[in-house]
Amino acid sequence: MALQELTYRDALRKALADAMTENPDVVIIGEEVGRYGGAYAVTKDLIKEFGGERVIDTPISEPAIVGAAVGAALAGLRPVAELMYVDFIGMTMDQLANQAAKIRYMFGGQIGVPMVLRTQGGTGRSAGAQHSQSLEAYVMHTPGLRLAMPATVADAYHLLRQALTKPDPVVFIEHKALYTLKETVDLDAPVPDWGKVAIRRQGRDLVIVTYSRQVHYAMEAAKKLAAQGIEATVIDLRTLNPLDFDTIRAEVEKTGRAMVVSEGVMTAGVAAELSARISEECFDFLEDPVIRVAGEDIPISVSTVLETGSVPGPQLIVDTALKLLTGRVAA
Amino acid sequence: MNQPQAVHRADAASNTDLPQLYRMMRRIRTFEERVGELFVRGQSAGSMLHLSIGEESAAAGVCAAMREGDTFTTHHRGHGIFLARGADPNRMMAEIGGKEAGYCHGKGGSMHIADMGLGHLGANAIVGGGIPAVVGAGLAARHKKSGAISAAFFGDGATGQGILYESMNMAALWQLPCLFVCINNQYGMGTRIDQATANPRLHERAQAFGLAAETVDGLDVEAVAEAGRRLVDGVRAGKPAFLVVDCYRFYGHARKDKSPYRDPVEEEQGRNKDPVAFARNALISRKLAEESALDALDAEVAAEMDATIDFTVAQHEPPLSSMFRDVYAPTEPEPEPVRSRIDRILARA
Ligand SMILES: Cc1ncc(C[n+]2csc(CCOP(=O)(O)OP(=O)(O)O)c2C)c(N)n1
Ligand SMILES: [Mg+2]
Repeated sequence: MALQELTYRDALRKALADAMTENPDVVIIGEEVGRYGGAYAVTKDLIKEFGGERVIDTPISEPAIVGAAVGAALAGLRPVAELMYVDFIGMTMDQLANQAAKIRYMFGGQIGVPMVLRTQGGTGRSAGAQHSQSLEAYVMHTPGLRLAMPATVADAYHLLRQALTKPDPVVFIEHKALYTLKETVDLDAPVPDWGKVAIRRQGRDLVIVTYSRQVHYAMEAAKKLAAQGIEATVIDLRTLNPLDFDTIRAEVEKTGRAMVVSEGVMTAGVAAELSARISEECFDFLEDPVIRVAGEDIPISVSTVLETGSVPGPQLIVDTALKLLTGRVAA
Repeated sequence: MNQPQAVHRADAASNTDLPQLYRMMRRIRTFEERVGELFVRGQSAGSMLHLSIGEESAAAGVCAAMREGDTFTTHHRGHGIFLARGADPNRMMAEIGGKEAGYCHGKGGSMHIADMGLGHLGANAIVGGGIPAVVGAGLAARHKKSGAISAAFFGDGATGQGILYESMNMAALWQLPCLFVCINNQYGMGTRIDQATANPRLHERAQAFGLAAETVDGLDVEAVAEAGRRLVDGVRAGKPAFLVVDCYRFYGHARKDKSPYRDPVEEEQGRNKDPVAFARNALISRKLAEESALDALDAEVAAEMDATIDFTVAQHEPPLSSMFRDVYAPTEPEPEPVRSRIDRILARA
């Protein structure tokens, strides 16, 4: 197929539409997914194409939405549940962590829960403390749940298509600031397999490991660093579970330096896990401490000044890389 | 506990209340219109602004039965309720603008306004998130024998949340001074109430839990005030209650939504159910006020609310360092900023 211009939102929608066309058991269940077309318009008009029996509008009942998806998966459907904001995941945590994640194991491997929970998170819309969080660590901390977080338009499509073939529950977290991201893509071109990272840029001086929106910030930062003679490798995780640590290890061993960048809060977050693992596994190769660039350990404010100030951006990545590589604290 | 004052208030003829109720509803409507303007001028913090135009009678009517010391929580469409409980519109608008001078210093915004001094335990961006707090506040009022009640204001959409039923059950079981106010504006985002429940007679659910429950037509603020008074008197005596105020959401869900999912005929009929216009006509036809006097009052309110925009625009953004304040109590150390942590680590390396 040819190149086409698509937004992240279009790609997600296309992935859902293609999967629904191919597999009549794929159903969507969530708030405002049908008539309204999705709070962020990802499911726009799918109800016209596939009907209300497959694109199911629900009351505002998050625990039951996720729980119904679990039951539907057990009974042979391929549900895609939508949680309007990842901030509501706490309400659904029993269904997700105690039910979906544990059913295969508790029941001795008799059955899996092949469902996808689509949601979105992150800052960027002045949406305040309860609508702007990055809660992927909750998911990554729960064995039994897979976790995908696409950064690019092509991955928005492919990771969602792949998620819909997986035997276990996948939490699929989009970034609210990426929906309008437009890229020229060839959806027939090969992409890394599910569970493999993408090396977005190769450099000799340091490895930046990141995911979701921060991939774009890391690329921007890497360009600025290159202008100063510093060449960074940028690794886009794509899936956080499974985690392609072999590639991360190989890349870190080449440069001896690693920075982990995450929008989620620093303490006990995804960056903490990756940093610990790199420190343990690449210890003999490291020339400097593995450094975490992550969200402040605070809630997100509605004020744009405080909101943007509380998560990493390209400048913080550049500044940190310079400090790491020149060993001096910039003014 | 059950102070006689409440009884006297209940005896007051509605004729004497209507001018006050009208004034409050006009203030709410005009404030909300100015919130829309703040957005258009690019001065609001974001676009998640939920206007309560069309449902002013719920705020004005129910709050008229509340008194100092009472506590309450609201949903995301809560500006009007807080105004009716005595909010300073300047500080509220400044919060909506994300400014330091706002009620929550720009941290909360439109959906997270609170003021403990006025009993506002918090607006909420989680549908149903503020409801159980009134059970706890009811327990506290009983424990401290304060005579206060606690009221949860929420939308019809929150009737989809299990936590509402857990909360009502506890309030009824323990006979707590709790009032549950469901503002049924017929929609939760794009979903009409009959598309979200097989039984839209919402008060019946509360009855099933043993609460005093009724539905009142929000077109008539006097009827809302009367129902509010009746139920609040019972609540103060330890009989929890549930009130549905039927109304219509005049505009989109949030500032950017144009409600393409609604039938234009339905919308027009819905907007005809205008509690502010209805009260104005009642004041004139019952000769409680001259039209010219109401024009003057409206102009006075317009000036008051215009000033909230000027006030907000003139305020400064919160300082960057304030982001670390109030994560924990002021007596505790603030979290270490990521930047200083990185500097510390790399200075040593
Ligand atoms: C737990 C939760 N689920 C979903 C949302 C997204 N959301 C915000 S407001 C809203 C509709 C609420 O409808 P209703 O309770 O009737 O209040 P209204 O907006 O009509 O005032 C939804 C679904 C949310 N904020 N919180
Ligand atoms: Mg509603």
